[in-house]
Amino acid sequence: MSARDTVLGKIRRSLHVDGNDAGRRTAVAARIENAPRSIVPERGQLPREERIALFTAMAEKVSATVARVASEDDVPSAVADFLRSHNLPASVRMGDDRLIAGLPWERTQIDVRRGPSDGDDPVGLSHAAAGVAETGTLVLLSGGENPTTLNFLPETHIVVVRADDIAGDYESVWDAVRAKYGKGVMPRTVNMVTGPSRSADIEQKLLLGAHGPRRLHIVVLG
Amino acid sequence: MEISTATFKANAKQALHDPNLQQALGHVRVGFIEKRARAAAALPEFDEIRDAARDIKNHTLQHLDLYLEAYEEKVHAAGGHVHYAETAGEARELILSICRKAGARTVTKGKSMVAEEIGLNEYLEENGVEPVETDLGEYIIQLRHEGPSHIIAPAVHLTQAQVEESFRKAHTALPPDRDLSEPTSLLGEARGMLRQRFLAADVGITGANFLVAETGTSVIVTNEGNGDLTQILPRVHVVIASIEKITPTLNDVSEILRVLARSATGQDMSVYTTFSTGPRRPGDPDGPDEYHVVILDNGRSEMLGSGFQDALRCIRCGACMNHCPVYHAIGGHAYGWVYPGPIGAVLTPKLVGVDEAGDLPNASTFCGRCEAVCPMRIPLPKMMRYWRDREFERHLSPATMRYGIGFWAFFARHPRLYRFATRIAARALANRAVDRGRFTSLPLAGGWTSHRDLPAPEGRTFMEMWAKRKKAA
Repeated sequence: MSARDTVLGKIRRSLHVDGNDAGRRTAVAARIENAPRSIVPERGQLPREERIALFTAMAEKVSATVARVASEDDVPSAVADFLRSHNLPASVRMGDDRLIAGLPWERTQIDVRRGPSDGDDPVGLSHAAAGVAETGTLVLLSGGENPTTLNFLPETHIVVVRADDIAGDYESVWDAVRAKYGKGVMPRTVNMVTGPSRSADIEQKLLLGAHGPRRLHIVVLG
Repeated sequence: MEISTATFKANAKQALHDPNLQQALGHVRVGFIEKRARAAAALPEFDEIRDAARDIKNHTLQHLDLYLEAYEEKVHAAGGHVHYAETAGEARELILSICRKAGARTVTKGKSMVAEEIGLNEYLEENGVEPVETDLGEYIIQLRHEGPSHIIAPAVHLTQAQVEESFRKAHTALPPDRDLSEPTSLLGEARGMLRQRFLAADVGITGANFLVAETGTSVIVTNEGNGDLTQILPRVHVVIASIEKITPTLNDVSEILRVLARSATGQDMSVYTTFSTGPRRPGDPDGPDEYHVVILDNGRSEMLGSGFQDALRCIRCGACMNHCPVYHAIGGHAYGWVYPGPIGAVLTPKLVGVDEAGDLPNASTFCGRCEAVCPMRIPLPKMMRYWRDREFERHLSPATMRYGIGFWAFFARHPRLYRFATRIAARALANRAVDRGRFTSLPLAGGWTSHRDLPAPEGRTFMEMWAKRKKAA
């Protein structure tokens, strides 16, 4: 007997259940199919402007910085301003994302590099698929458009998120992911990011910039 | 990891006299408790969500076999591999063989309690594969050849000075006169040392906080980002997780996440919550080529359908130990194995045997704080009481204790005799202690009086006073 059958057999014996019980099978299939929501906090169900305000406040609470711009063309200068004000090099790595790769970077002094990071880039730029207001969380999806390494290797991570993509709660983001990829299908990696990297492993003292970025800057678009 | 649960009492005594440990534990007694209380108070629905999270896990455990099957199917569909291990030994062999096939010399590791449980590092080392812990706390204790003393803060037993000493001893290539007086410089040094290891590793091993049946996804929750670098940079990603990590849907995971970080560190959400599904896809510029999940039983299936089933709801947040007066006094190592604190006192006797770990469930004041703060509402004190019963039944507790309890039980079953005896005893003790109202020593009660005075009874028993009050009314 394989280890799999042994383990599943032991589970069934302990629970006194039958693996072929139609009622149990239906209950499990229905929960996976319907993915019911449990309790969503009230703060996760705010109208648009309040939602964006909460997202900003929660992100700032965890030491991210947030800027808001009105149009796509304003993004490169907002990024340049941030880099300049923090004395960071004018060099940014990004993927092939249609929104950010197509922006007028030539109007700034920023040197744009493309593709995944090998660890030598000071700044990574990504386009988040969504934000979550209840905790100021960004949701980034893996792929050529936004390589996952950009979220972790550079010391500074700048993330553009459309105001329209800021959801109230996590469950709404999953609805959007299911709609995009199909039910039960996920991209290789979904990163939920809430503030810059940190550690409190030495005497419980909170320090920013453990292994991931020391700085997280969010540009809300729209 | 070596098991020293059998010498719990000696371990505890040693811990109480360790000045470094006592200094370090000072941070646990305040920090964790205040942060959790603030985070819980800031979310009005917190307690309702705890109920919902408990219900999700109860439903899942009741259907665990079927959710495992559904999960496995989705992992396969995404191009990943699922391996089952009934025992710790099987899990170690599976992981070693994956490392060998990948030709791995070094593996990076994200923090995983299950990897500690199966003693993975020692086994890999013995077999020529070098494991590199990448979580800052785990890295520190790996340098010191110690086990974790807390499930989310493995180096919480150490002072900053001890960390500095370990870094100077290990990082000999760096200038000896460098300044390491600030915690940030220690963090920066670890970051620099580990960055090279991340990029050079052949295999990355992580644990999982959840395995999602809906999508075949493994989820890790971290603050540092080391778990992510562990799993996206090497060619092979191995997940080691135990059976009860299965969760039905992404929405169910989201609900449990709302109580996890708040209970653990007092954050509303941990910095990185990462959902990984299979290997990299065609066109992906990064991510692993191979994705393996090793699902471990190691005695858990026997807890289902028993009085311990509820303990399988545990999401390893650490709130029970953060709020435990016994943990505050002795730290985690005294418990003698991987899981300390109240959850350790419940799990360890099950996983390593009550004969070895029978003292752990006795290390409790039954104050009930662990159950009061547990996000999954696990009745920890009830389970510790169950172990105490077992220990008594199996004659594992010391003879003096057994006779004492037997003696008391006899009187407790004969109420008239009990009242008569306590009346005599109360008067006799009151007479003997008439001067000071307390005893500094008393025959058979040395365990109490050698550390503090025993207040003397005032001469009347509670039952007598109650009867008198009723009469007067």
